[in-house]
Amino acid sequence: MEAAPLTLAAAPPARAARRPWRLPGGRTLTGLVLPLALALGWEAMVRAGLAQGRLVPPPSRVLATLWGLAASGELWTHVLASLTRVAAGFGFGALAGILVGALTGTLPLARRLVDPSLQALRAIPSIAWVPLFILWFGIFEASKITLIAVGVFFPVYLGVAGAIAGVDRKLVEVGRVFRLSRLELARRILLPAVLPATLVALRTGLGLGFMFVAAAELLGASEGLGYLLLDGQQLGKPDQIVAAILAFAALGKLCDAVLVGLTQPLARWQDTARDTL
Amino acid sequence: MLILDRLSKTYADGTRALADIALEVRAGEIVALIGGSGCGKTTLLRLIAGLDRASEGRISLDGESITAPHPGVGIVFQEPRLLPWLSVADNVAFGLADLPRAERRARVAHALERVGLAEHAGRWPRDLSGGQQQRVAIARAFVAAPKVLLLDEPFSALDALTRAGLHRHLLSLWEESRPTVLLVTHDVAEAVALADRAVVLRPKPGRIDDTIPLPLSRPRQPSSPGSEAAARTILASLDRSLRPEGEADRAKPDASALWW
Repeated sequence: MEAAPLTLAAAPPARAARRPWRLPGGRTLTGLVLPLALALGWEAMVRAGLAQGRLVPPPSRVLATLWGLAASGELWTHVLASLTRVAAGFGFGALAGILVGALTGTLPLARRLVDPSLQALRAIPSIAWVPLFILWFGIFEASKITLIAVGVFFPVYLGVAGAIAGVDRKLVEVGRVFRLSRLELARRILLPAVLPATLVALRTGLGLGFMFVAAAELLGASEGLGYLLLDGQQLGKPDQIVAAILAFAALGKLCDAVLVGLTQPLARWQDTARDTL
Repeated sequence: MLILDRLSKTYADGTRALADIALEVRAGEIVALIGGSGCGKTTLLRLIAGLDRASEGRISLDGESITAPHPGVGIVFQEPRLLPWLSVADNVAFGLADLPRAERRARVAHALERVGLAEHAGRWPRDLSGGQQQRVAIARAFVAAPKVLLLDEPFSALDALTRAGLHRHLLSLWEESRPTVLLVTHDVAEAVALADRAVVLRPKPGRIDDTIPLPLSRPRQPSSPGSEAAARTILASLDRSLRPEGEADRAKPDASALWW
């Protein structure tokens, strides 16, 4: 009789762990049903001869191309080139965004002085800078990294400045009551308070970094996933284009997951639905 | 001794929030500031906490003028205002950063014990109920050992049962170090349950209308004759304070004047 409640209490977690279609985070695999069905459907249509599959290659051909690129080592050269550019551009852009955002967020004079100009610059589509950057920095790495950094800078800047402006006055007063110095106030109240919004801004920035690395490489590069795209277009190889797109998707998702994994412990106190991120 | 000397506060837009507040509170006394909304109770506490500056007059604590947050003055706000990124224990320890670690730990553990939250020390504020959060805020203020503790309607958002429990926690913490307590409230029963003296404020601009001593022994029973008589006196005084000036004392209080 006494053992019964114990087994009852222990049963639910065990059952949840064994349930199929469930990832560690409690997410289900339902989202995979639609893309898988589409891919398999297209494959079957091409195999059955109902569609030609010349311009829209079936999944098997795309995967074969991807596998070929990976096996020859060519894919890794391109992935590494794109990743290096994103890393450098994201590093510079995010750092500048955080610094300038912190400055305009905390000093009213800096905000009045700098923010209007930055908002005006933000209205320029980043790609419009390309000709100027090429004139200034040449056609190699420097102009590409600058373009990516510019793309990353704005969302990070806006996120950080907005987060600082939105810090709860009531929490700042708690710091004042305990007579924290300006520096301590920044470290013990402002910094933790703006952290979650900053992390979101960094994720947005990273996403834009990938967008601009593709643009930069399409405009002229000898390696990188964007070059692979352009090469596929010029040689009429749609399977290579789709393979490069898949590689971009996987790389972007992976980098985002790494960023979230590294930063999530810093914001685990948040009273929000972090699972949805 | 906390002395408020002819204190006035006029906001930048010309609103006169407080006029000529004069009050002397001796060390260890519990004073309830009571009044309808808009009579400057919170403004007065913010002046004493050093969060705002008075337009005229002077606040002094044991002869020292208060114009900015002072180590001898602690405050518990209307909301708990816990820092969501710190555990309960770290929130309580927030004002003790200068103390050696061992002493800090001991003080925090003791304060949490006193408010009955010892087993929640490692949890996040978000995991606590509203009443528990307010207890953490009270512990955070007490642990810094202030000479004067300001309480700004700290129990107004809580149900009556939780409030009675918090009154007990507050008094048990007060018994230990006997700080001067200034409690802002709009609840007559709360004033009677806690205070040595009730100061009734009158609105527009906020000023002191009446002072009612509450010489009741502790622990107090809300249903005892002494408490009930005191509550009636405060209610009558409050009623008078909310009536427009010049209007003669009417025998029967108008029902609409009892809205608080």
